[in-house]
Order: sequence, then C-alpha cells, then structure tokens
Amino acid sequence: MIRAVIVMNTQGKPRLSKFYDYEPTEKQQELIRTVYSVLCSRPESVSSFVDADSIFGPDCRLVYKHYATLYFVFVYDSAENELAMLDLIQVFVETLDKCFKNVCELDVVFNYNKINTILDEIIFGGQVLETNSAEIMKAVEEISKLETAYTTIPLVPKSVTSWRSSV
Amino acid sequence: MANPSIMDTLFQRSLEDLIKGIRLQSPDSSTPTSSFLCKSMEEIRREIKSTDPHTKSIALLKLTYLNSIYGFDMSWAAFHVVEVISYPQFPLKKIGYSAATASFHDGTDVLLLLTNQLRKDLSSSNGFEVSLALQCLSVIGTTDLCRDLCNEIFTLLSSTRIYVKKKAIAVVLRVFRKYQDAVGVCFKRLVDNLESSEPQGMSAVVGVFCELTLRDPEGYLPLAPEFYRILIDCKNNWVLIKVLKIFAKLAPLEPRLAKKIVDPICEIMRRTMAKSLMFECIWTVVSSLSEYESAVKLAVVKARELLVDDDPNLKYLGLKALSSLAFNHPWAVVENKDAVISSLSDADPNIKLASLRIVMSMVSEDNVVEISRVLINYSLKSDPDFCNEILRSILTTCSRNYYEVVFDFDWYISLLGEMSRIPYCQRGEEIENQLIDIGMRVKDARQELVRVARDLLIDPALLGNPFLHRILSAAAWVSGEYVELSKSPFELMEALLQPRTSLLPPLIRAVYIQSAFKVLVYCLHSYLLQKEATASSFAADGNTPWIENSAIQGPEGSDLATSELDREFNPRDFSPSFENNGHSISKLSTHKSMVNLLNLTEMALGPLMESHEVEIQERVRNILGVKELVKQEILDHSAQKEENSEKKESDASKIIELIYHSFSEELGPVSASAQARITVPNGLVLKDNLAELEIICGDIELPVSTSFSLGTLHSREKEVLSLDDAASNEDSEPSTESTSLLSEHYKRHKLYYLLERKMMPFPLIIHLPMKVRFRIIRSMISMIL
Repeated sequence: MIRAVIVMNTQGKPRLSKFYDYEPTEKQQELIRTVYSVLCSRPESVSSFVDADSIFGPDCRLVYKHYATLYFVFVYDSAENELAMLDLIQVFVETLDKCFKNVCELDVVFNYNKINTILDEIIFGGQVLETNSAEIMKAVEEISKLETAYTTIPLVPKSVTSWRSSV
Repeated sequence: MANPSIMDTLFQRSLEDLIKGIRLQSPDSSTPTSSFLCKSMEEIRREIKSTDPHTKSIALLKLTYLNSIYGFDMSWAAFHVVEVISYPQFPLKKIGYSAATASFHDGTDVLLLLTNQLRKDLSSSNGFEVSLALQCLSVIGTTDLCRDLCNEIFTLLSSTRIYVKKKAIAVVLRVFRKYQDAVGVCFKRLVDNLESSEPQGMSAVVGVFCELTLRDPEGYLPLAPEFYRILIDCKNNWVLIKVLKIFAKLAPLEPRLAKKIVDPICEIMRRTMAKSLMFECIWTVVSSLSEYESAVKLAVVKARELLVDDDPNLKYLGLKALSSLAFNHPWAVVENKDAVISSLSDADPNIKLASLRIVMSMVSEDNVVEISRVLINYSLKSDPDFCNEILRSILTTCSRNYYEVVFDFDWYISLLGEMSRIPYCQRGEEIENQLIDIGMRVKDARQELVRVARDLLIDPALLGNPFLHRILSAAAWVSGEYVELSKSPFELMEALLQPRTSLLPPLIRAVYIQSAFKVLVYCLHSYLLQKEATASSFAADGNTPWIENSAIQGPEGSDLATSELDREFNPRDFSPSFENNGHSISKLSTHKSMVNLLNLTEMALGPLMESHEVEIQERVRNILGVKELVKQEILDHSAQKEENSEKKESDASKIIELIYHSFSEELGPVSASAQARITVPNGLVLKDNLAELEIICGDIELPVSTSFSLGTLHSREKEVLSLDDAASNEDSEPSTESTSLLSEHYKRHKLYYLLERKMMPFPLIIHLPMKVRFRIIRSMISMIL
C-alpha cells in the first residue's frame, strides 16, 4: 500500500501532500520536514530509495525522484515493488506533463485542485488503480468538464455580461 | 457590513487569488507571509459561515489547501465539510469530499451525518459522483460507515461501468479491514473478478488480495489455484508483481505450492525485460523459495546483473536481494564478494550501508582478520558517519557470542588499539567495554592488552579527543590492574600522571589516579622485596623479571631518573627514550629512581589534594597517604640508617605488602546466575522476620550501595578505633565472610549488643569488598602517621 505522496520543492516547501493513513496536521508537517531534511542531504545521482522506518514507522520505504526544482516522494510498504513505485512516479509526472504541456513548479503551485484530481485517479485509498496515463487523462478531462459546467453559473449575473457585450 | 454574506460573495478571493497573494508576499521574511495567511484564515472563517453554497465551498477549498500545504488546522470545519458534501453541484461536492478525505478520522463526530449522503452518492447515476464517495470511503471509512454501506458497495462490485467497478473493488480493502462481516457478503463477488476480462478490474482485485494476503496468508491459501492461473496466463507486469507478492506469502505455508510455482517463476525471471518484475521474481525466490537450489542459482545470477549495473537503484536492489541470501546461502555472497566490497566506497549512503551489512554477514573465524583489515582501510577513507558505522559493525560482530569469531585475541586487541586511533572514531564506549571485558576473560591476552594500553596512554595527543576518553579510561585501568605485565612501570606512571590528564573528565581522571596508585604500590613492593633480598643475601632472585636485572646500581641511574622527571614536563618528547626500555627497567628499582618516583607522584598529585571532585580528591589522598608513609623510610635508607629504621621499615613493607595483595586479587567476570549458586551458610536464616531490626535501625539510614561501606560519617571514628584493636589482634583465628558481616553490624550498633564482642581479626579485611578495604587501609595509614 502507498502510505503517502508528497511533492515539495528543493527548498522544502510542500506543494502537494496526501496521507492515506490518517495523521494529525502537525504530524504531517513534521513528517514533510523530516523527509526534506533526509532528501536534501543526499547527493545527486544516488539511488532513489531510502529506508523510512525511522520516519514513518516499521515496514515503510520511501522512493523519490528529483525533477528540476521539485521532489516527488512516494512512501510505501512491502506490498509494493520498489521499481514499480519508481515507474509510478514517472507515470504521475508524465501525466502532469501532458496535462500542462511542459509542467513546471508554477503549474503545480497554481493547479492544486487539478493535480489532486490526477493523483486521485492514479492512487485510490493507497492502492494503485491506474497506470495508463491516457486513461488517467481521459477521466481527468471528464471531471474538469463537469467542474466547469457548474462553476460558470451564477453570481456575476449573465445579464451584466450581456449588457456589456451589447454596449 | 450590513450583509456580510453578500459582500463576501461578491468579493471573495478564489483559491488562485489566495495562492497569488501568498506569492506576492516577500519571500525573504516569513512574517508578512504568516500574517497574510492568518488574515486569509479569518476571511475563510467568515466566508465558510455563508449560506451561499458557492462561497462556502470556495472557502472550504482554500481551507483544505492551507491545511495540506501550510498545516493549518481544519478540524473545526468538520460540520461545514458535511454541508458542502450535501450540495448537489458536482464541483462543490468534490471540494467537500476532498476536504473530508484530508481531515476526517475515526474520532470525527460528524461522520455519522455522512452515512445517508454517501449512500445517495454511491447510488448516483453519475459515475464520477460515485467515484467521489468511494474515494472518500476508502480513506475515512469507519466500522459504522462500512457496515451501513456494505450493501451499496456489494451492488457496485458488479457495476457495468469499469471506472466505478475498479474503485468499488479497491474500497473493499477498507471495508474488510473495518468491518469483518463484510467478507461474507462481498467475498464471492470479489473472487469472481479474478476471472474478469477487463485488465483494470483484474489489476484492482489482485491488488486487494495482495494486501489481504500479506495480513493473513492462511486465510487466502484456498485461492492459490486462481492466483496460479493468473501467474501462468497474465501478461500484465503490475498484476504479476502482485501475484508474486501473494505467492511469497503462500509458498512457505504449503510445500506443494512452492514446488509448483518455482518453475513458472524462473521462467518469468528468464524471459522478462522489465526490471521491476525481474526483481520481484528474485525477491520471491530468495525470501520464500530459498530451498530450491536451481532457482536460487538463477536468482543470484540475476541479482548480480543488478549489482554490477551502473544505475544506483538497481545496484541497491541487487544488494538487498543478496543480503537476504547471506544467511542461508553464504556462497551467493562469497561469489559476489568483490562487487559487494567495492560498493563500500559508493557515493550513495544506502548502498554503502547495504554492502556493509552483507560484508558483516560473511564474517567467520577464517576470514575475520582479512575482512576487518579491509573494513578498517575503508573506514579511514569514509565520512565520519559511515566510518563509525563500520567500526560499530566490527565491534558488534567480533564480540558476538563472547567473541565467537575471534581466535587470536592479541590480534583483536591490537585492532581495538588501531580503531581508537582512527581520527573519526566515536565508539569509545564499546571499545572501553571490550578492552576491560577481554582483560578479565582472556588471561593470555593481557600481555598484549597492557602493551596496547601503554601505547594509548603515553600519547599525549589522544587526551585532547573527548571521544577517546572512555578508551583511555579502560587503558588506564588495564595498565593498573595488570601492571606486573608492564615492561616499564615507571614510564606508565609518567603517562598516568602527565599534565594533560587535566583534560579528562573527573571520573576518568580518578581511574587514572587509581591506576597510578596500583603502579606505585607495585613498584614499592618490588623494590622492598628486592631490598630484603639483597639485604639478606646477594642472590638477586626477585619475583619479577625487571628486578632481576637491577642488582647493579650504576651512576647513570640517577641521571636517568632525573631526566625522566624532566621529561614529565615535556611529554611530547617521551618517545625516543622509550626505545631502550630494557635499559630504563634495569634502573627502575634503584634507590634513586624510587625517590624520583615518589617525588613525581607528589608533584603531580599534590595540587589535587583540594580538588572539588570527590572521586579525585579521595584517590589522591589515598595515594599520597601511602607515599608519605614510605617516603621517609626510603630517604632514611639513603642515609644508611638501616638499623634505626628497621622497625618502621617493616611496618611500611607490611602495609605495602597488604595493599599489594589486595590489588593482585583477580577480578573476573561474574555470571548472571552466580548468586544463586552460592550455598547458604549454616545457621544463616534468610527468611527470618526482620521487623525487629527495623525498630533498632529506625533512626539510622543504611547506605544504599550493594557492597556495604563504612562510609557514613558517624561510623568513621569507631572504625579507626576498632581497627586499632584489630591491628593488635593480628593473629586471631581465620573466619568466614559472615563473621565480618557480624562485626560490621556490631560496629554500627555497638550500643545494642549486651556483651563486648571480640573485634574483627585483622587478616579478615581481605574478605571485605574493595571499597571497604581502601577505607580501612587509609584509616590505618593515618593512624600510623
């Protein structure tokens, strides 16, 4: 099972955090800080696996990948294959890339909602449900359509816009 | 502000506005950002109370964001979360569900309000709405929710929409975990999905069974045929990996199953191009099928491919596979020894640690010397952390099972000495313990131990490194305890009293002083013995080798002794003169050098008489007391007044003799069950009711230490007094330990004894614990002076 997914930048600022086992908010922040302190002490071009027992409890491992200014971190247990997790990070990032056309940190910063939607299509309650990025994109686009369909509705009354355009 | 709700609605910041706002804050100082965040939280608290669904949802979305990124608490908004979930609009509902997923847990009290809404959404015709509800349930599902919604989930398991079905399958994991009875309802339908034709459904269901099997392998053994079919037929690597994980748990339970799967697994291992699947095969073989030699051989070949790969990830996994083989198949490790050892200098700390673990698992009696040598060389090249990790591994491996793998203790002791000198060494405590432990256990190694200890003690540079203080403490103790094996006690004395010992913490300095005491007593004893011998006859047959050489006293003797004293002030210049040890030894027991020894002691320790550290002060007073006692006589001797001093001299020798013997008593390791093996002496009733004693000693606080001591102030005087008696009573009959216990009690509580008892006979003090002995001897010395 996957225990947590964390995306943070190389200064340690979290950009996305998702815990599949409930952790109190302060604990989450502390874990993120600990993970950052481990990651930033690791030299470039070393292996992506870190024993995380001491951070997340027994049987927890951590795999991370460093893309430009971002760390993508997956925390998982013995029910997952190490290299498969590494592939999964790749799937996640590829999907983001397709979604945002050359994804960068700013996309991740400003699209909190959408990135969560993407992640939710890949990982469901800690289990990997979809690894095909085309399938993921399909679902995400459907969901976005549903979201925009409603949000364009009310508040600024249509009449105002029509009034403006008519002028 | 007449209608805040409308104002909020019109001018509400969206999540994007909030993020932009945060980014506009100065990145340098954190204060403006945090004040901005607090202001935003105030806004959110106001907006979330709005009756407008849109305003409320946006507020909740912002709150969820601030919670997950900045760690703001959102538990207070639980009720609003339920409200937002209940909105019919999809995007608002989505915001509500993700807020619930992020913040709800078993203790959230509004969870029960969610049941009906979840039920409604699970039956929605919109697959994405169903998906939202399932997603939420998979993370926050409680026993109550799982029980109440079990039927809805059961229905969804046969949904025709695969998008919904795979999520329904996945949620079963949570349901089974929280609500056991659901197994009866959903199990059959779940198993049916194992034959599903859609890869997504198959992948989901195998994933669920993998999790379930890991927790309870026996319960899922009956499904083995289904899994076997998947193993043979399936081409999807994700699914195969999960099935292999299942078999890794099932195979140890059923030997026939293991036999059946071993060939297909080897086949996959040979065939597959995917490294992840190959690694899973290797892992399954090494962890669960390790009795199948051919499979293990193949796995080792494949693990080697990983091991020598340039990709550090594959290398790490190769090492991981190898290390789990180390115990049952040591040959697999030995075959790859070179690759493993070269990984010790990898840039990656994970790889270094993993290879160190494997190297340590290879250690046996035959190769411990070689491996230790290699590791020490690596430790010299490593960073401090890894260096100490190497040292720790060597120390624990070599000391395992009472030094099982060490057959040459001389070698091991010199290795310990070498480790102590590694610049980054911080394992002082372990080395200290082992030096002392070996000293007590291994008689034959003491010679080497004393040599190594001497080398450590005479190096003044080592005193400046706090990490080595514990080791030096052990070296000092060893040198004092086994001083008779020392080649040059005089040199030892200089080392123990060198000025830089002031850098040591008080307790360790006390050990130094105590050892100096032992060395001094040893020298005096030997000197007096020798003098007796030369006095009675010219046959110089002393007890120890260095006395034998000392029959001739040359004029250089005095020069050498003074120069040694001089050197005492310049310890760095020691070393050259140490080379001719044999020479200085022969001079050691000359009269002049004895005087110098005493002067050195006085000069080095005199200033410590008033030390504020009790341990130091006490020991210094012990040693200087003895020094005072004998110094006069030795000086007298120089004036050739032997007849006059004969009486006193014999007193002094007697005391030195006494102390010497008390020090030369062997200290050994005590087995944990030793106490039980002692038979209770006749007449000692252990189960007697001691309540009466309680009344008697009610007013006196007994010392807590296990060895009883005469340390309480008010017993000091009596002690001296009783010893006075005791000294005159020297040739009393010998007695047992219990007699001394009795006399001890008598001394304490004289008042309560009806008859005067005979005092403790003098020779009995050797039955007393060391600490008590020192006290008695000290009192005796002060009495004589």
